[in-house]
Amino acid sequence: MSDSQRIPPPRRALWRDLRHLLAYTVKRLLALLLTVLVSVYLTIVIANMGGRVDELRLVQIRSEAAEAVRADPAFLDMPGEERHALIERRVSLEVERLRLDQPFLLRSVDYLQRAMRLELGRAEQMHSDRGSREVYDIIVERLPATLLLFGSANLLVFFTSVFVALTLSRRYGSALDRGVIALAPTSAAPGWFYGIFLILVFAFVIPLLPAGGMVAAPPPEGRWEYAASVLRHMLLPLAAMFLSSIFVSIYSWRTFFLIHSSEDYVEMARAKGLPSHLIERRYILRPTLSPIVTSFLLMLIGLWSGAIILEQVFNWPGLGSLLFRAIGHRDTPVIIGAVVIFAYLLAATVFLLDILYALLDPRVRLEGGRR
Amino acid sequence: MNGGRWRDGWRELRRYPSALVGMVIIAALVGLSLYTVVAIPYPEALDKWRGGEPWRLHPVNAGPAWADRLSGGRQARTLIVGRGAEVEEAPFAGGRRLRMALAFDYDFDGFPSEINLFLRAEGHEQRPFARLLWQAPDGREISLGGHRIGREDRVSISQDRALERRLGGRVPHIGLLAEPDGEAMPRVQKGRHVLLLDAVVFDDRAGIDAELVLYGRVHGIAGTDHQRRDLRLALLWGTPVALAFGLLAAVGTTVTTLVIAAVGVWYRGWIDAVIQRLTEVNMILPVLPILVMVGTLYSTSIWLMLGVVVVLGIFSASIKMYRAMLLPIREAPYIEAAQAYGASNLRIVMRYMIPRILPVLIPTFVTLIPTFVFLEASLAVLGLGDPVLPTWGKVLNDAQSQSALYNGYYYWVVSPAVLLMLTGLGFAMLGFALDRVFNPRLRSL
Repeated sequence: MSDSQRIPPPRRALWRDLRHLLAYTVKRLLALLLTVLVSVYLTIVIANMGGRVDELRLVQIRSEAAEAVRADPAFLDMPGEERHALIERRVSLEVERLRLDQPFLLRSVDYLQRAMRLELGRAEQMHSDRGSREVYDIIVERLPATLLLFGSANLLVFFTSVFVALTLSRRYGSALDRGVIALAPTSAAPGWFYGIFLILVFAFVIPLLPAGGMVAAPPPEGRWEYAASVLRHMLLPLAAMFLSSIFVSIYSWRTFFLIHSSEDYVEMARAKGLPSHLIERRYILRPTLSPIVTSFLLMLIGLWSGAIILEQVFNWPGLGSLLFRAIGHRDTPVIIGAVVIFAYLLAATVFLLDILYALLDPRVRLEGGRR
Repeated sequence: MNGGRWRDGWRELRRYPSALVGMVIIAALVGLSLYTVVAIPYPEALDKWRGGEPWRLHPVNAGPAWADRLSGGRQARTLIVGRGAEVEEAPFAGGRRLRMALAFDYDFDGFPSEINLFLRAEGHEQRPFARLLWQAPDGREISLGGHRIGREDRVSISQDRALERRLGGRVPHIGLLAEPDGEAMPRVQKGRHVLLLDAVVFDDRAGIDAELVLYGRVHGIAGTDHQRRDLRLALLWGTPVALAFGLLAAVGTTVTTLVIAAVGVWYRGWIDAVIQRLTEVNMILPVLPILVMVGTLYSTSIWLMLGVVVVLGIFSASIKMYRAMLLPIREAPYIEAAQAYGASNLRIVMRYMIPRILPVLIPTFVTLIPTFVFLEASLAVLGLGDPVLPTWGKVLNDAQSQSALYNGYYYWVVSPAVLLMLTGLGFAMLGFALDRVFNPRLRSL
């Protein structure tokens, strides 16, 4: 053992750990900021079709201005020349307002820095349910719906599957175990696919539950009735997501636990005659904690992007269906805004992952930012 | 190099019933695609799926015939009457009188879904005139009015509101074929119905053609959609499209990812760093929103989508996994030996590093295929399906936009969904079994 690796006294060790952790955090934050920057910029370029959307918009502005002037009775007896000049003036005003006269490259950089500061600007066509045209308001209004549905579904799947997998790995080879393994391939289908069937069965064949939406119309008055209505509407999408991912998730966790419970130190603990719950907690779960946390957060990442279709199928008023509508309206500020929020949420998830990793995995703590 | 390993793998794979079932499903799907591509050539499929004229003799929203047979009822099939009907001729000054009897035996339990009469009169200078008379088996005669016949005419008997009123408020395709007992639930009057066509023609030679179509409530093995198109076409052609999309996307993403991971591991230094950073950027890029964006703003062509999927998949998160597998291989003695004999970098990467982890990759590859098949379907369900190609996802999308479930056309949703599910299950079952065979960590269990 070399000198540098000799174990230092505890207080200094704590300092060293904190210093390493800090260096690591800063480094990760910078890297993530950079990645968010790049991905948001890419989105801006794609959403503007590299500037081609502007040409479409110019045509639209011109035709709208011409229409407005022609329809206004005040300008009815204006000579053609003058009217033309008026239209031109209005077009140039609008172009200046939307800053279409500047080259796209310049504007894209400007978009980028405003997007990064979460100044998402005003929507072109859409507005929030409260009537606001601010992109930020539109998105924030939809965020809770997505978080509620996907958060609860994923938590449910995660905890159920880890728990069931632990039980199954204890009864490895039993009929239940084989049954779950046989069912694992059903997860090839995504949630919306099961959603269609669930709607078919529970909303049309046996009309028990609503086919879509988030609350009954009109929304119930009392707080409890409101919550009950939301819960009733949540049941089917929740079940769809649960069905589509539970078996494969159990399968992979079960395999994972099986591999780790055949490690030598676990065999050793068993040979010592330790009770099985102690073995599970101390010898299986503790060393595997960081992969478990990792996969939990990776699952959260998958959650952000998978939302569009399920929300669309169930008519759930979340971020996904908002994004879909925005793309349909060619409302670039909303598209970019939604992707920026997506990117920030993803980055936050990744960051959280890194920090937890650092806390759970002693190697990161010891080596700091050097990886 | 490791042929023995493959053979062992195959022998072991045969022990898993799920793998066998998966392979049977995949083989069936491949066979179905081959049959489809041969039986219905690509241009013909596209042309037909555009809808319109080729489908005028098909019913709207008819269910599959086998479902009707299973439920025991005898729903109406489509009846086409008129080809080769006898024509009585009676000449008079300045023209002829033609009488045509379009007779058919109706003995289904259910009513047809629609009745149309297609009339054709070609080569006439003056348009002929026809009077229509319906004769029921019990001798009742119902006048369907007169029509001047153009070159190609379609008489929508079902849409005749005046006739509907005369039939006591019953839609003509029910009223004409029902017992005249005025009960709330109309019953079919079985027997020989005749549509008498009494035409006056102002030409010496040119005749007229008539075709009476009683559209059924069931059609073929897959039913039809709202545009009278036979769903069989879309279900059949969906198979090769889905398989091709899934396979190409899976090959495209896994191979490129693998090569890039191997290159990064082999060269190390800044190349590796760049690859790592790109992977991180790509992890943050939301794939589906970008696909939706490309689909709405540029084009929804399936090949463009495939390209975008592959491009976005190149720097996917699996690079990290491959890296972890490749890192120990890089230090293996046989690589050093290859370097010693002077193997080029490219040779080491392609011939020595990548083949080593291929077996571990195969299960991932196989399970990846259905993901892409479903991705294509997902895009189509969002309305971003290929504009001309019939696919399963597009059938689902049509069904959804026509509220198929609400209207009770379950077959419309269920049949593409079953095919999708079969594809998913087939590949997933094989993939999971392969995983257990080829994954060394699992093999010891």
